[in-house]
Amino acid sequence: MSEHLDLGVQALLQEVMEDEYPVLLDTFLSDSEARLNALGLAHDAQDAEALRRAAHSFKGSCGNMGAPLLAELCSQLEELGRAGDLTPVPALLAQAEQEFALIRTLIESERQRY
Amino acid sequence: MQPPLCILIAEDSPADRMLLATIVGRQGYRVLTAGNGLEAIMIFARERPHMVLMDALMPVMDGFEAARRIKQMAGEELVPIIFLTSLTESEALAQCLDAGGDDFLAKPYNRVILDAKIKAMDRLRRLQATVLEQRDLIARHNEHLLNEQRVAKAVFDKVAHSGCLDAPNIRYLQSPYALFNGDLMLAAFKPSGGMHVLLGDFTGHGLPAAIGAMPLAEVFYSMTAKGYSLAEILREMNAKLKRILPVGVFCCAVMLNLSFQRRVVEVWNGGLPDGYLRRGGSGERIPLRSRHLPLGILDPSCFDDRYEIYPMEAGDRLLLLSDGVLETCNLGSECFGEERLLGVFAANQQPDLLFDEIQQALSAFRGEAQDDVSLIEVSLIEEGQLPHSPLIFSDSGQNAPLDWSIGFEFRAETLKRFNPLPYLLQLLLEVQELRAQGSVLYTVLAELYSNALEHGVMGLDSSLKRDAQGFAEYYRERRTRLANLYEGYVRFHLDLRPEGEGGRLSIRVEDSGPGFDVQRMLERHSSSEHLSGRGLKLVRQLADRCSWAPDGRSVCVEFSWPARHNPAQCPLAQE
Repeated sequence: MSEHLDLGVQALLQEVMEDEYPVLLDTFLSDSEARLNALGLAHDAQDAEALRRAAHSFKGSCGNMGAPLLAELCSQLEELGRAGDLTPVPALLAQAEQEFALIRTLIESERQRY
Repeated sequence: MQPPLCILIAEDSPADRMLLATIVGRQGYRVLTAGNGLEAIMIFARERPHMVLMDALMPVMDGFEAARRIKQMAGEELVPIIFLTSLTESEALAQCLDAGGDDFLAKPYNRVILDAKIKAMDRLRRLQATVLEQRDLIARHNEHLLNEQRVAKAVFDKVAHSGCLDAPNIRYLQSPYALFNGDLMLAAFKPSGGMHVLLGDFTGHGLPAAIGAMPLAEVFYSMTAKGYSLAEILREMNAKLKRILPVGVFCCAVMLNLSFQRRVVEVWNGGLPDGYLRRGGSGERIPLRSRHLPLGILDPSCFDDRYEIYPMEAGDRLLLLSDGVLETCNLGSECFGEERLLGVFAANQQPDLLFDEIQQALSAFRGEAQDDVSLIEVSLIEEGQLPHSPLIFSDSGQNAPLDWSIGFEFRAETLKRFNPLPYLLQLLLEVQELRAQGSVLYTVLAELYSNALEHGVMGLDSSLKRDAQGFAEYYRERRTRLANLYEGYVRFHLDLRPEGEGGRLSIRVEDSGPGFDVQRMLERHSSSEHLSGRGLKLVRQLADRCSWAPDGRSVCVEFSWPARHNPAQCPLAQE
């Protein structure tokens, strides 16, 4: 589980957020759905710049939340957006959604503890 | 206590924003949040936070644009902006700095580093605020100081206003704020119609340098107006400055006493660079050297008021300069120096242009403006070309005494060191009717007194003054004899009587000398134009009546009014 969601980071976040830790987790989940949605829309519109920006922001959130694999996928998407090469995007997006589904499960079980 | 630091967080990702807001809030800071750039600048405008944590990429308005606008709104105040970024390319980081960013914070956030950065930026912010505060304070102080200087200058200009720097025989060059460089230029007509000129240079700059100028000018003007001599004025100025100025503050000065009637100049130089007497005819250049310590250093008992005397002819000119002239620097920090000045003298063809040529040489040399040069040129012109300057009185003269007589006898010890003329003149000018003739009275009194003292009491031969060499010898001899004077007297008898509508003043001057052959003297002087002849001729021209006792030991002059004599000199007659 640790390669998807860094437990050390979770412990730190929990320490920082105290009672609001569950709210942070909820916020991250709903925000991530919106970001994945935005990535899909950018691809549909073949808008490389929008894709780059969305991937960049999402990468930052994932970094903060301790989701290194998802952050890495975002980073690759960002790079493709920058290069203007959208061909490999659908495959990467599918991987990202899969990774996020996993993380969601992990977070929700984390969430259960509160 | 200062209010807690207020920090605006602009971040579009809700989870990041929430996390950051919590971290910052837990450090004890007040937190404001915005979800995009536009929101950030609106919150900034309303709440004026002290610092901004700014995400670079945000919808609606990105962090770069928001940073630029916030910096613009902040003006001179430092509002540190820390960019929140996972940007790694140097170009993007440079873009953050371009937009006014002060630092970066990389994602994922590290609490320790974040707090250290906030503290560092807060120190910077306070430093900037202190600098601005101090700058404004200095600006206010400076404005205050300039204002005081303006007032001081205005007061000083009023004091100096009575002067005659604008006389047609004077040209001068001086910065309008020379007073605060310690430079001082004074010129005033004497009651006799001659002129005193002083160029002074106080040590130091600013107000301390200017402060001594006021009493110096007061002494200069009031004593000159009362008819005191060069030596007496110098003594008084030295004593006054010595008394009031702190040690280390003094005034280098040259003072001139120019007599248009007797065509001589007396020069005293204490500490200023050489001035020059330049002959109009031959172009000969006589340096007027400093032979004394500056004013305000020596005790009155040690002060040396000895001066040099030079005969002058129409067209001769005197040039006095402050060390600012010689110390004028060019761009290579080289000084103008005496050699260059003398070069200008040597190259000069037309004496009238000398002053302009020096001025041109100075500005050509220095390249850019540098304004602490004081330069004054005084030339001897025919007396008739000078404006008449009426004496100024503070009382109305309504209670003037009109019918009296008085006698004085001044004996050797007094004659050595005391000048009775200002006292006699003051006495006579109590009489309102005599005021219009003040300068004539003074001139006549001065002539009669110096004749009685020099030729009568001390037995000096005026024919010595025939040429320039004899002239110098005459004054050397005068000094020696005066120092060794143990007996003799000069008597004044003043008699004032009403006469019809007006009145009459008789002045009799008598001396202890052996007398002389009056008839021969009158014959000789009526035909002579040499240096010794001018004085008596003048007396005979100015007085209404003038007669010598047959033994040559006393002379009597009379003035009547309503003035029959020289009505153009009476201000009322001009109306």
